[in-house]
Amino acid sequence: MSQIKGAPHQNPAMNFENAASMGLSQEEWDLILKRLGRTPNLCELGIFSAMWSEHCSYKSSKRWLKTLPTDGPQVIEGPGENAGAVDIGDGLAAVFKIESHNHPSFIEPYQGAATGVGGILRDVFTMGARPVALLNALRFGAPDHDKTRHLLSGVVSGIGGYGNCIGIPTIGGEVNFDASYNGNILVNAMAIGLANSDRIFRSAATGPGNPVIYVGAKTGRDGIHGATMASAEFSDETESKRPTVQVGDPFTGKLLMEACLELMASDSVLSIQDMGAAGLTSSSVEMASKGGLGMEMDLDLVPAREDGMSAYELMLSESQERMLMVLKPDATDTARQIFEKWDLDFMPIGKVTETGRLVLLKDGDIACDIPLAPLVDDAPEYDRPQAELAKRPVLASADVSDDKPVCVILKSLLGSVDLASRRWIYEQYDSQVMADTIATPGGDAGLVRVHGSRRGLAASTDCTPRYVEADPHTGGAQAVAEAWRNLSAIGARGLAITNNLNFGNPERPEILAQMAQSVLGMGDAARAFDTPVVSGNVSLYNETDGSAILPCPVIGMIGTIEDIETAVGMAPAAAGLSLIVIGQTDEADDGWLGVSLYARNLAGAPEAAPPPVDLEAERRNGLFVQQQIASGAITAAHDISDGGLAVAIAEMCIAGRIGAQIALPSGGNLHGWAFGEDQARYVVAAADPQALLTAAKAAGVPAAAIGSTLDGGELQFGDEGAISVVDLSDQVEATIPELMQGG
Amino acid sequence: MSLSELRVAIIVFPGSNCDRDMMVAVEKLAGRRPALVWHKETSLDPVDLAIIPGGFSYGDYLRCGALAARSPIMEAVLDHAARGGAVMGICNGFQVLLEAGLLPGVLVENAGLRYVCRNTCIEVVGGTESPFTAGLVPGQKLIIPLAHNEGNYFATDDDLQRLEDSGQIAFRYVDSNIHGPSNPNGAARDIAGIISANGRVMGMMPHPERALSTELGSADGATMLTASLEALVS
Repeated sequence: MSQIKGAPHQNPAMNFENAASMGLSQEEWDLILKRLGRTPNLCELGIFSAMWSEHCSYKSSKRWLKTLPTDGPQVIEGPGENAGAVDIGDGLAAVFKIESHNHPSFIEPYQGAATGVGGILRDVFTMGARPVALLNALRFGAPDHDKTRHLLSGVVSGIGGYGNCIGIPTIGGEVNFDASYNGNILVNAMAIGLANSDRIFRSAATGPGNPVIYVGAKTGRDGIHGATMASAEFSDETESKRPTVQVGDPFTGKLLMEACLELMASDSVLSIQDMGAAGLTSSSVEMASKGGLGMEMDLDLVPAREDGMSAYELMLSESQERMLMVLKPDATDTARQIFEKWDLDFMPIGKVTETGRLVLLKDGDIACDIPLAPLVDDAPEYDRPQAELAKRPVLASADVSDDKPVCVILKSLLGSVDLASRRWIYEQYDSQVMADTIATPGGDAGLVRVHGSRRGLAASTDCTPRYVEADPHTGGAQAVAEAWRNLSAIGARGLAITNNLNFGNPERPEILAQMAQSVLGMGDAARAFDTPVVSGNVSLYNETDGSAILPCPVIGMIGTIEDIETAVGMAPAAAGLSLIVIGQTDEADDGWLGVSLYARNLAGAPEAAPPPVDLEAERRNGLFVQQQIASGAITAAHDISDGGLAVAIAEMCIAGRIGAQIALPSGGNLHGWAFGEDQARYVVAAADPQALLTAAKAAGVPAAAIGSTLDGGELQFGDEGAISVVDLSDQVEATIPELMQGG
Repeated sequence: MSLSELRVAIIVFPGSNCDRDMMVAVEKLAGRRPALVWHKETSLDPVDLAIIPGGFSYGDYLRCGALAARSPIMEAVLDHAARGGAVMGICNGFQVLLEAGLLPGVLVENAGLRYVCRNTCIEVVGGTESPFTAGLVPGQKLIIPLAHNEGNYFATDDDLQRLEDSGQIAFRYVDSNIHGPSNPNGAARDIAGIISANGRVMGMMPHPERALSTELGSADGATMLTASLEALVS
């Protein structure tokens, strides 16, 4: 590439109207003019607007994200790289991240979800890790809303379409429904990979003069300015944004993954960055600026899918399955051979420079010459105002409960879409490819064997948006606590977190308060469990025509288990096992029905405070359950969450195809006891209840024996009557298939 | 010949994604790592068993298995089969064997019109002398997972009757306590796997390489694969 001199062309010259149409404010436009000392052209303005979009700059959330704990002895790479990395022992690192693809998935569910999976997988293998597991967190509108079936069906087949083809098992996830997502669904995808902890690849460019290489698929006109679209609210016009949705090709993704991992094993790569949101713009800017260097690229050399693409289009395209790398100068031939073997494009398109500037050549002209520092360091950071949120009252269980039999309510709750089996969904995901899956979806947490060892890597995604709405601080902490519990319930210890903050418009003070307070709660919980936040993603402006979603700060937690053979599921293996509640005593109490599924589905959802989260109790009870699973004293376990104790017991009976006899409490509110959603609790099965209760007492953990498993297939609650477990199972399994088949 | 002397080759197409799993399985069960053979190769060293693994060869573009069946290496696989060499195709590998004409019939989209991944119970049928069923007992039931979108076996009634009469149906989906219909994809006559007339070529939809130990949900895949490998040794 020839040495570039002179100023970039100004054709067409931009003005504030152009900037505003790309989502920039007057202040941001003025700052660009000041930093450049001139008017930007279209390509330059596009680069500024993409880098300063909420999606790339975190300008509204950064102030709050900084409060999260990100350090710990296990942390190898915290937030800021393509993904986070933590030490899991034996010289291995788990590399993982969650990311949203909400807006594209609403516009084009199959492609939006598929490229969400593809993008998060690239983030992981860019770090030198082979992906070993996928999870997701999905939110859809009301089951009877016009679009819900279409969106659910498209998103699920898109997630499967990418993950199944590329050959990474989907081992867990969560799916929920609420009318607030009618016009703005949430599609968050999480990927976990394994790498040697001393072979993690990073993105900072090194060595002026080193070649900058473009690899992967060709660049087309798809997804142009997607990051900016993802940073705006929806309106009735959204359908017209279909061309801004990227199109994925998992086959090319598979080839790119294999080629990159093969190349990384050859000691040729100095730095590498996935072309995700804002494509070539964010990859080149981030690589150069992290290295404190500059970059020159000749855009005529970029492999293009169609003729006549402008500099603006090439820089802002979000075509999938592309990477940018800086190679060792003598490694180009080795690298080229590997990419030719995999039939992928491999093109040196520029070099690293010392200038601190991004310089782009197109058609012999300078298409862009901008300093990198302002793009990154001057990216706006807002301390937006937050509203004082009113504390909601504590609901007395007696105010919402009635005297219907427990079994009747249980059946109705289990038939609701909230608690229905997700089998229709997860059977569309390949959960067993790679032949290391120990726990498939449907349990508390997913679990894969660390290939070639006895150790296990567990993961769960969690959030309870109705709690977050009712009290963001408590809800933020609860999301972490529930993930910690889900891991504990299979015997794994939580190690670290990735988060996906899904909220409405942060320029509204009440939305900002939801985000800020839930992040503070999340931070408290992450500190309590020693599970630092090492990666994440923020998705704001999840609104349609001014109406915001239920706030949904999703937690993806990973953890480890020393020996996969000790892991348990929720199914009791035999009749005659004792059922013990961990985290509560047998003293009568009223249970916490505020913001429960019971209150929402059966009592008109009165405004109330969510169940409080006692982080010390969560930690203590979780560690106790982990230890007792490892020692073999607990042979089945299930965390108590949505629907409370009775639902947890019923789910265990359904999983084990076994009956149970449960003793009712001697006082307190019966429905509060059965369906209250008090936190920090588990139901476990044990052959020797006395030993477990003694151990619990010694550990300062409340515990109470409440019944035992029975032959005969009936679940009996004291003198409240009995219900057939097969009937419950049929009820749980029927809801989603019926929804998806219905009119 | 001992089990560890058995020469096994696994063919790798762009988009294969069960090649490593099958390699690990064969190495674990036979004690020797099989060769991975890239699809651009035009010859195959002498082997006792060629395996076409599962995955999405060529992204399933055009038709599942259609492009892979025309890959350079397939000439060598066809020659190997023509000499009476043993060939096993799993899932996408089964689709490739049908597209290559080594087995009769086609695999069309699942009757439920959705991808399905779950355990299934299959029963050993057999009848034709074949290394793939020799070590198993007719009527023996195996729990083996599957994962596919096009596993619905279809052939003309004449062909189906011929397969049945000549003992070429290797495995059938049967009832068990696994949730869901016993036949997961609508396959004609509940066919999960078939064998060639000479018994040397076998294709099946379920993935035995994913069922190697109880921790993975079932060890029946190890039973099935070990029986095949041992039959090829003797």
